Amino acid sequence: MSKFKEKKNKELPAISTSSLPDIIYMLLFFFMVSTTMKENSLLVKVTAPGATEVKKLEKKSLVSYIYIGSPLGLKNQAIFGTEPRIQLNDAYANVEDIRNFIASERDAMDESDRPFMTTSIKADENVKMGIVVDVKQALRKAGALKINYSARKVESVL
Amino acid sequence: MPRPLPEVNSSSQADIAFMLLIFFLVTTTMDVDSGISRVLPPAVDDQEQTDQQLHERNVLEVLVNSKDNLSVEGKRMRLPDLKDKVKEFFTNPNNDPNLPAKRVMEIEFFGPVEVSKGIISLKNARGTTYGMYIKVQNEIARAVSELRNSLSVQKFGKPFDDINADQQKAIVKFYPNAVSEAEPDETKID
Repeated sequence: MSKFKEKKNKELPAISTSSLPDIIYMLLFFFMVSTTMKENSLLVKVTAPGATEVKKLEKKSLVSYIYIGSPLGLKNQAIFGTEPRIQLNDAYANVEDIRNFIASERDAMDESDRPFMTTSIKADENVKMGIVVDVKQALRKAGALKINYSARKVESVL
Repeated sequence: MPRPLPEVNSSSQADIAFMLLIFFLVTTTMDVDSGISRVLPPAVDDQEQTDQQLHERNVLEVLVNSKDNLSVEGKRMRLPDLKDKVKEFFTNPNNDPNLPAKRVMEIEFFGPVEVSKGIISLKNARGTTYGMYIKVQNEIARAVSELRNSLSVQKFGKPFDDINADQQKAIVKFYPNAVSEAEPDETKID
């Protein structure tokens, strides 16, 4: 009976890889959706302080960042020392540069977005308030009044 | 009858997808930006500064010195006690004459209610560490959010985060985030 005839072809069929791209695409879309591009490469060491009452910063395009901390890496430390410095964009800066920085950030925004501009202060938890106060005063003078003290979410700070 | 077209070889599709995947893997940073939001007072001229005199009972003076010690109204205080002090300051349950006065205000959902005139004046020395400053800010924010939450549960039966935007606005009016960031020239404390 031909129904029970043994098959001649003993070789295993190749595993179909046609669904491999689909799997990869799934991963790809996950990363595309969850990704946020790095804004700046850090030149200063920033360990954000912990806080319990943190809120997520929404609308990344409206946020400009000011980093405050000790210079990172031996090369930078040799030039700039270990005293806390301010970083704007990709370079070290002084308090006087903040005004220009805020002005250029504001110019880059849509006019309708400008009132919602937020400045995120990313300072290391060990820096002294003196430099932070100077930055805050510069921001007030520049008219960037909405600020955000960057902090990590922790369960308890006490 | 048309001849069937030969199938397009799709085995390289995976490679292209891999390349994109690796690009996103490398450029991705997962951390979300979070923090404590505050609004700075607008820059004022020196002449205008004095016309805003506040009654002393309406101001809670919180100082942090350069050794990260906390003092409230001139008395040393430990950080864990600050939250309850702030809550007492804003609610003033027994209408204590040393705690802030209240004014009647028309708020949606509530009608005319008494709202505290209290303002927290947070001052710090230049030598205070940023971590300590954030902890103090955090405790004040925690006190305000607990007050808002309990009012929200009492009025709407739901925590503050679950009520709608209009209701949230009303509650924020009831308990505003009244923290004044001091002028630095007033902060000659150490």
